[in-house]
Amino acid sequence: MALSTEEVLAGLAELINDETGIATDSVQLDKSFTDDLDIDSISMMTIVVNAEDKFDVKIPDDEVKNLKTVGDAVDYIVKAQA
Amino acid sequence: MGPKKIVVTGIGATTPLAGTAQDSWQALLAGRSGARTMQHEWVTMYELPVTFAAEALVRPEEVLERVELKRLDPSSQFALIAAREAWADAGAPEVEPERLLVDWATGIGGVWTLLDAWDTLRDRGPRRVMPMTVPMIMPNSPAAAISMALGARAGARTVVSACASSTESLANAYDHLQQGLADVVIAGGSESCIHAVTVAAFSSMQALSKRNDDPARASRPYDTDRDGFVMGEGGAALVLETEEHAKARGAKIYAEIAGAGVTSDSYHITAPDPEGLGATRATRIALEQAGLAPGDIRHVNAHATSTGVGDIAEYKALRAIFGDHLDDIAVTATKSSTGHLLGGTGALEAIFTVLALHERTAPPTINLDNPDPEIDLDVVTSPRPLGDGDLAAVSNSFGFGGHNAVVAFKTV
Repeated sequence: MALSTEEVLAGLAELINDETGIATDSVQLDKSFTDDLDIDSISMMTIVVNAEDKFDVKIPDDEVKNLKTVGDAVDYIVKAQA
Repeated sequence: MGPKKIVVTGIGATTPLAGTAQDSWQALLAGRSGARTMQHEWVTMYELPVTFAAEALVRPEEVLERVELKRLDPSSQFALIAAREAWADAGAPEVEPERLLVDWATGIGGVWTLLDAWDTLRDRGPRRVMPMTVPMIMPNSPAAAISMALGARAGARTVVSACASSTESLANAYDHLQQGLADVVIAGGSESCIHAVTVAAFSSMQALSKRNDDPARASRPYDTDRDGFVMGEGGAALVLETEEHAKARGAKIYAEIAGAGVTSDSYHITAPDPEGLGATRATRIALEQAGLAPGDIRHVNAHATSTGVGDIAEYKALRAIFGDHLDDIAVTATKSSTGHLLGGTGALEAIFTVLALHERTAPPTINLDNPDPEIDLDVVTSPRPLGDGDLAAVSNSFGFGGHNAVVAFKTV
């Protein structure tokens, strides 16, 4: 069952909070993973793998570098679920 | 210019007895044991021959932030807890980051992380092996975690010499302060490897006590019925600095670390030299460095793990060094209470030695019901006053690989 943008955002925010301690309400669509949220590449890969499990999608390693913002990741997951 | 005077200004520990250094000391004086039956399902699942251990009493989950728990192997978690306590106890010294050094030690490193990753790989495939795996396995991870947490930029060094590791880290810290590489050093060691694999492995080599029906009485150094050591875990940290630096900032001083000796047996990978020659040399070096004669030593915190051959080899070394004066030395084997913290054990016993001098009280050895007639020592079995005047003590650690490390402390 495909989730809405809001539902994916909320789920992703939980994963980010779990990995980094960043407050869930700081995780917004326009935020950059690196510049705004200060998430390093190791945490990013952990979040990606956990997101694959949580949302039952595949996010290839080559794709991860294109996911600059939270919105990029949410869009990718929403499309991959469809 | 002669050697600098190096002093201990902070202590911290999380141990099978308690979650802090002072609480561990009080539990030690009270004669408690940290050994308990393990409650993990893997103990029965694999029918392990040893079903108890001395696990840290306060779990890191009760102390650290969630993100720290996720990104640090338990061996680093214990390191961070102990180092933060020692740092706070030292009054969080103001020191240039470039003059603050970490000298840490572990016996094995991130064994939990390695074995968990292997389970994950087999169950769920390579994609699920977490990217933090490598930095969590590294034996230098605890030193790096402390360096990052406390802002130490003079270096974050790690020594690995099995059960001698964290006494050797104190020897290194002493040397590094003498060399002028730093003004303040956070030194110590940590270990967390009470895992089915390590319990099975130590048990296979007949190193562990199998007194499953009475864990609290299993670690019994010098007793005729000793049958091996009790695995422990935890971390212990000391803040060391030059006396000049400590006095300039008005720090409280527990004791002086006056010298250290490190040698190797070149004899056997696990068995100690039966005459304890390497241990004897390490003690001589430590005493010489400290400007102490054997007759100056009033207290020994022995390595004494409660194994048949180890306790005797150490006794022979002590007799060789101290001769008849050994009869006047208050010897204690605190592993009887704490179990064996492996890479963390030397630093913990150094803390107990420092507190013994500071409080002028030797802590007891428990479970000595039938002293081994081959070991003629004055073993402390209840807290014993060490008297007035200048006091000096040594703490011994020996490790698989033939490693011997001895540190000498004095009252200030």
